[in-house]
Amino acid sequence: MGSSASLDRRTAAVWERASHVMDPELDESIVDLGFVEDVDIDADGGVYVRFRLPTYWCSPNFAFLMADDIARAVRALPWVGEVRPRLEDHMCSDEVNRGVELGLSFADAFAGYQVGGSIEELRETFLRKAFQRRQEAVMLGFRRAGCTDAELVAMDLARFDRFTVRDAEGLRQKPRYRSLLLERGLAAGPQDLAFVTLEGEPIAASGLAAHLRALRAIRINMEANGALCRGLSEARYREHHVEPAEPGEEHACGAAGKAEACSGCALGGTRARPDTQIPAHAPMAF
Amino acid sequence: MFRTPDGEEVFIIDGHTHFWDGSPENQSNIHGKQFIDCFYAYHTALSPKDKLWAKDKFEKYSAEQMHHDLFVDGPDDMAIVQSTYLTEFYKNGFNTIERNLEIAKAYKDRFIVNGAFDPRDGEKALEYIHFMKENYGVKGVKLYTAEWKGESRGWKLTDPSAYRCLELCQKLGITNIHVHKGPTIIPLDKDAFDVHDVDHAATDFQGLNFIIEHCGLPRLDDFCWIAVQETNVYGGLAVALPFIHSRPRYFAEVISELLFWVGEDKLLFGSDYAIWTPRWLVEKFWNFEIPDDIKQEHGVDLTREAKRKILGLNAARLYGVDVEAQKAKLKDASLAVAAE
Repeated sequence: MGSSASLDRRTAAVWERASHVMDPELDESIVDLGFVEDVDIDADGGVYVRFRLPTYWCSPNFAFLMADDIARAVRALPWVGEVRPRLEDHMCSDEVNRGVELGLSFADAFAGYQVGGSIEELRETFLRKAFQRRQEAVMLGFRRAGCTDAELVAMDLARFDRFTVRDAEGLRQKPRYRSLLLERGLAAGPQDLAFVTLEGEPIAASGLAAHLRALRAIRINMEANGALCRGLSEARYREHHVEPAEPGEEHACGAAGKAEACSGCALGGTRARPDTQIPAHAPMAF
Repeated sequence: MFRTPDGEEVFIIDGHTHFWDGSPENQSNIHGKQFIDCFYAYHTALSPKDKLWAKDKFEKYSAEQMHHDLFVDGPDDMAIVQSTYLTEFYKNGFNTIERNLEIAKAYKDRFIVNGAFDPRDGEKALEYIHFMKENYGVKGVKLYTAEWKGESRGWKLTDPSAYRCLELCQKLGITNIHVHKGPTIIPLDKDAFDVHDVDHAATDFQGLNFIIEHCGLPRLDDFCWIAVQETNVYGGLAVALPFIHSRPRYFAEVISELLFWVGEDKLLFGSDYAIWTPRWLVEKFWNFEIPDDIKQEHGVDLTREAKRKILGLNAARLYGVDVEAQKAKLKDASLAVAAE
């Protein structure tokens, strides 16, 4: 391993890769959600990514999926040796960590229990939901920007790309929707329809209201997850902070766990995140 | 009794409450600790700041405290107290029917005590259902499909053993089946809180009412779809309702979806005490108006009549509570207390 500057660069690269991993149920980045606690890189290019979920009880299959996604995402970096995602403080930490480390399937990792349904099925379920959620945000954004319903259902990808949305959620979701649309093979060229059903069928103008209603139900649902997870995550971290600090575990900056204040503070040998974009519920180093 | 700002008296049945013991002395293992910690996280995440409890009080509270929070400081007229065992985590169970019966006995006419069963007990579960009916006269049960038992990490309403239990409930008139289908607490597999098993069971047991606690959150869309197809499926608002404080606009969307799909006759208020206390929930709910744009978009409204139904009349119907008679009884009781 080279200089500390190059270590910082590598650490930042790992954080960047990890930020592409989504919580499957929320379709939001696990880094933005504050689940990733720490990244460590050893002399052989081995990468450890410690993560923690909002509760001890978060679904193990979701946890397994995230651990597996972290390993995949980080392995894409050319210099990386072994990748070890470490799920901490969870009822199934051992099964998840061991399973991902050995490259086991979910069923094998949890062979001691009666589990049904594969992790791939689960991944697909959530990709479908993500597609629908993104589509709704973009369709509403297009509508708000003056696009009529008739234009919306007939819009091709070329026009889609030229069209400017202005609201924040529409802006955020437009590229995410587009990439999932292409990834799933629902559109390929500029003449293909930009808004289709999950099965790739066109949406009739007369059926648009019903289509949007169904999408809205999915969004409301996913937002419940998001709100709960954020709340629980905050509550879990805060609880940590009200406990009396062990000697030697105080934040060097003196911040009682305030992200803004301690982003630069190194605690107990753990490394603070190198970039300054700490999300609201950023991982605290403790 | 809840009195509205303009003087109307609204009858309140709190459809989902607990009298638990999650204290360290009762915990069998780390899971017991983590379980109550998770509840406490829900409490701190969604309560207004001035309603927060200290951890030790939350872990175990007295019958007096509960009575005060529900009926003295709180607006409840009656409360349904649910039984949840979690015997793998708690030495004496988390909130047992015996513990619930004690509080019900101490405060007459206030509590409806629900039982519980675990179909994995086989014949014993059937015997126990008979026992609860004969000795305690239960009208409902709370089922926790994600409860651990030995190697098992959950069960489904559609399991043959569960069907035998439901058949017996239907036969004995234990008609209200509360099912926890809510946020993740203990599922391992694809999802022990997945709501789809409700669909089959509700179709096959027309004599039973299925009250889905937490409306299947965070699987509200699946729940709405099932509830709209099955006439005997209800939604319990515990967990959905506290969003009224932290994210009122979001709550407006959730309640609008529920009103549209499930309807005002099939939603039940529940504080989920002691995760939340009923006073602020009822006050905020009564004063709540769905914003105009959401009202128009969803094509629904939360009228006074809808609020009355959700806060008490729907539960009264399910449990055969004669509201006027009950009001008179409670009034007499409070006069007697005042006279002492």
